[in-house]
Amino acid sequence: MDALKLHYDVDGEDFSAAGEASSNVKKVLRQLGFPQEAIRRTAICMYEGEINVVIHAGGGFADVTVEPERITIVLTDHGPGIPDVEKAMSEGWSTAPTKVRELGFGAGMGLPNMKRYSDEFRIDTTVGVGTTVTMTVNVTQGQ
Amino acid sequence: MKVNELAEGLSLECLYEGDGEREVEGCYCGDLLSWVMGRASAGDAWVTIMSNVNVAAVAALADVACVILAEGVEPDEALRGRFERLDCAVFRSGMAAYELAWRIHGLLEGRQE
Ligand SMILES: Nc1ncnc2c1ncn2[C@@H]1O[C@H](COP(=O)(O)OP(=O)(O)OP(=O)(O)O)[C@@H](O)[C@H]1O
Ligand SMILES: [Mg+2]
Repeated sequence: MDALKLHYDVDGEDFSAAGEASSNVKKVLRQLGFPQEAIRRTAICMYEGEINVVIHAGGGFADVTVEPERITIVLTDHGPGIPDVEKAMSEGWSTAPTKVRELGFGAGMGLPNMKRYSDEFRIDTTVGVGTTVTMTVNVTQGQ
Repeated sequence: MKVNELAEGLSLECLYEGDGEREVEGCYCGDLLSWVMGRASAGDAWVTIMSNVNVAAVAALADVACVILAEGVEPDEALRGRFERLDCAVFRSGMAAYELAWRIHGLLEGRQE
């Protein structure tokens, strides 16, 4: 199989649509017959990334490359950037506003989840320019 | 134990039928969505008092066996509108998360005897 490339616009306004791109990726991986565990890990990483782009950056893009042995997720935004990545990566750290917390976000667990469920994880960010998060999930057969 | 058997054992009100034949493997209680995403296991019965539309996305992506809205909370319109796109069942109960989890534990243990 050649690499399959999926591209999504992540709308920064619409909270009820947040998770659409992740749900679509999950559906595609299922149709392609990927192992359950790889699908679940991809879904978790992608959802956390997608929600962050909505909440913290006012929208952006998601690019997913599907290959038999790995799934690569790249989330790009032109939001405010992350001033202190180490702090942002620590469990419990969040700058989510109150109205977002009321919806159940803002535990400060999204980035730690992304790191935990991906095999490779990388953040490139510049304050005032934007953030790119790249994650790879390796596919192990027979999971 | 199957989702339908669990629902019957707990006298849950069914809000959306979904896959009642799915096996329930365990239980996770939580309202902060990233905790649920990171810590719930596939096949868990997820007990929560959150009732907005994001519950549907988390349930689907975390691959839980069913959602149980505790304390009699009412799902909002947007969440109800999402039900039909879910694979899993959604229930409601007047019980608190503690009581639901305690009873679910009992039902799942009973299965193994
Ligand atoms: N794409 C982004 N652009 C700007 N800031 C970000 C971005 N992603 C994360 N951050 C910053 O990093 C912090 C931690 O992110 P993380 O996803 O771990 O937690 P959260 O989104 O605040 O809450 P949760 O994910 O648990 O709902 C955020 O509160 C925010 O300050
Ligand atoms: Mg987050």
